[in-house]
Amino acid sequence: MSSPTLPPGLAIQKADERIMTLNVGPQHPGSGHMRIIVQIDGDYIVACDPDPGYVHRGEEKMAEYRNYVLNIPHLERPVIHDSCNILYPYVLGAEELLGLEVTERAKYIRVIASELNRCVYTMYWLAIYGIFLGHSTMFMWPAGDRELLIDLLEKMTGARVTHSYFIPGGIRNDLPANFEDVCLRQVNYFEKRIKEYADVFYENPILISRTEKTGILTRENAIRLGTTGSVLRASGVDYDVRKKEPYDVYDELDFETNVMKSGDSYARSRIPWLDMMESCRIIRDALQKMPKSGSVRVKLKPNPKGALGSVYKRIESGRGALGCYIVSDKKPEPYRVKLSVPSFRNLIALPHLLIGEKLGNMPSTYWSLNYWPVEADR
Amino acid sequence: MMSSESEKETIEKKPEDSKPFDDKTSEKPAPDKNPTATKPTVAKKLTPAKEEPELPAFEKGIADKIIENFGDKATISFVKPDRVGIKVGRDSVHDVAEFARDVLNYDHVDSVAGVDYPADKEIEVVYHLSSYTDPTLSRQILELATRAQREENPIPGNDATKLPSLRDIFYSVEFHEREVFEMLGVYFEGHPDNRRLLLPEDWADLPPLRKDFRNKGR
Amino acid sequence: MLKDLITPQNANVFVGKLGDILEKAIDKPLGYAINWGRIWSLWPVHIETACCSVEFGAASSPRYDVERFGIIEAFGSLRQCDLVVVQGTITRKMAPRLRLVYDQMPEPKYVIAMGACAITGGLYFDSYNVLPGIDGVIPVDVYVPGCPPRPETLIQGCMLLQEKIKRMKARKFV
Repeated sequence: MSSPTLPPGLAIQKADERIMTLNVGPQHPGSGHMRIIVQIDGDYIVACDPDPGYVHRGEEKMAEYRNYVLNIPHLERPVIHDSCNILYPYVLGAEELLGLEVTERAKYIRVIASELNRCVYTMYWLAIYGIFLGHSTMFMWPAGDRELLIDLLEKMTGARVTHSYFIPGGIRNDLPANFEDVCLRQVNYFEKRIKEYADVFYENPILISRTEKTGILTRENAIRLGTTGSVLRASGVDYDVRKKEPYDVYDELDFETNVMKSGDSYARSRIPWLDMMESCRIIRDALQKMPKSGSVRVKLKPNPKGALGSVYKRIESGRGALGCYIVSDKKPEPYRVKLSVPSFRNLIALPHLLIGEKLGNMPSTYWSLNYWPVEADR
Repeated sequence: MMSSESEKETIEKKPEDSKPFDDKTSEKPAPDKNPTATKPTVAKKLTPAKEEPELPAFEKGIADKIIENFGDKATISFVKPDRVGIKVGRDSVHDVAEFARDVLNYDHVDSVAGVDYPADKEIEVVYHLSSYTDPTLSRQILELATRAQREENPIPGNDATKLPSLRDIFYSVEFHEREVFEMLGVYFEGHPDNRRLLLPEDWADLPPLRKDFRNKGR
Repeated sequence: MLKDLITPQNANVFVGKLGDILEKAIDKPLGYAINWGRIWSLWPVHIETACCSVEFGAASSPRYDVERFGIIEAFGSLRQCDLVVVQGTITRKMAPRLRLVYDQMPEPKYVIAMGACAITGGLYFDSYNVLPGIDGVIPVDVYVPGCPPRPETLIQGCMLLQEKIKRMKARKFV
């Protein structure tokens, strides 16, 4: 029989008798554009090759053509609902290069915005985890509850997502009047709501049987592979950049790091939930300790030029440690901006975990790595 | 900047965003600084003229250990609170990385950045090393920089822009080095799998992060 | 004698006129009914591209609830979907796959271009890997501007698509 006409870019390849190559393609019933090419022998995965890059938009190249302030809107779009956190190291680095000093009130408001963003991101991540597992309540509850915090962010910054709130020198505008009371009420209600998730998700026997003891990442491997964030803390390593290298006012706030020892998918799905409750504590603490008045922004001259040299700053975002390396050569535009994103760093764990795993465990393992495809591709 | 005056007395690490940026941290090629000689005083427009601030002792200890072992093959680019910068040639970067892992206890790589310097005809690859297991190093980042020769018309994989890969020392650089290969054209010898990661399969243009590749209309 | 009356030319004209009568009597109400069924059950493909996917997810959330319009994210394959909402930037790597997804969907199918990146390339207009809009790859029915568009804007875009479908011809005569 004649060979079928193929769309451009595809070819037919002779395959093995036993091993089948399967394409979990850029379009799949889960979410996000990432292709994983797995080779399976019956039901077990024998080889795995991740293929990211379907949303590679060239952020780092674009940053070389725009000055420090014009870079803010496009550098925050890799993770639009966690936008404050992905801008945070860039803004800290730009402040060091431009020689700016940030006021206390701006630092506290930054911490509050960063923690709200962490919660909003984690809720969306849990919602998509529900879609991956086929648990529609797990999609509806977090997607609905995160709207409470999005309301707060909308009051603070003016936008639901992509806030463009952090700028070198502070934040863009001050909080509205009586924001503290509204924030406190909503955060308290939010915390009560997420405690109820324990019944529906974390003590749900189906979730436990699907995620416990699968995709186990040992402590040595977690360190050797250079993973970060909740993936690392679920494997027993107590490392959180907010505690180890505090930036802004995190050294004055009172919170704990959550660590679990088992290293399986269940632990990786539980740690972000526990972190959200710590975030609520941080927000309440910061609201109390915040100076009640003061300016929040430093007036910049047009086209500020960075000092000669380079900086490397890192912060803890919803997914892990995010770093930004800026090289400057005294021009208004940075010479090189490199974002070291936690999703890209955790990607190395994916082939490591999937080899030897059953094909049915792939969705829960893949998404439990807290992988956001747009951020990994930048 | 009143916080910097108190820094003269303490050699403790301070949060970085209050320290004024000074030109100990230059990225110029081969700064060739002798860490034991005194540096000249520099007048800053932000602070009043002061005498030479002391280098942070712990970071200086790390820098000194590397210089002891590698002599003139490694030079120090900068010593800042929580950041130590070392510059090495491409022949010794493998040994320095092994030393950093075995003796100094840095156990993984945070990021690998490639920077193109067409004026010097070189491409610099910067590794940021960090440590999860050693509690004294939890804030420290060691910046290891090497340079590869740059060619005008690159054929990625088949020209002189090559560097030894650090994958057998730090497993975590696997995908980072692949990205530097496709974005800048630097071939990593010893890496098992130098191929495309993020760019489309049919990319036939210059490696995008080079300075002679310009975006549309710029 | 009847054989002389029914010549091939006469038969053609007769069948044609019968087709017209059938069209007026049955096709219009039938078409209305078919279109009514289509607009209240548009099932989008799972193709969460980039940033705008977050607002699409929020549109399915309990607050904005796009499910009351019948737009359920079908958790199965794309072979049973009829709506492609291109949510965000399409890169050069993704463009052939988008075309492949569009080709695999059964007729009738509709496309909504959501977000500035899908319409003209948006904020990333000068990037080396981004397509300046998806019109060159798949035919678009409704453009929903915004960066990202609020969920209410997306719902308005869906309603515009519903208006457009109502005006379309429901069935094609072979």
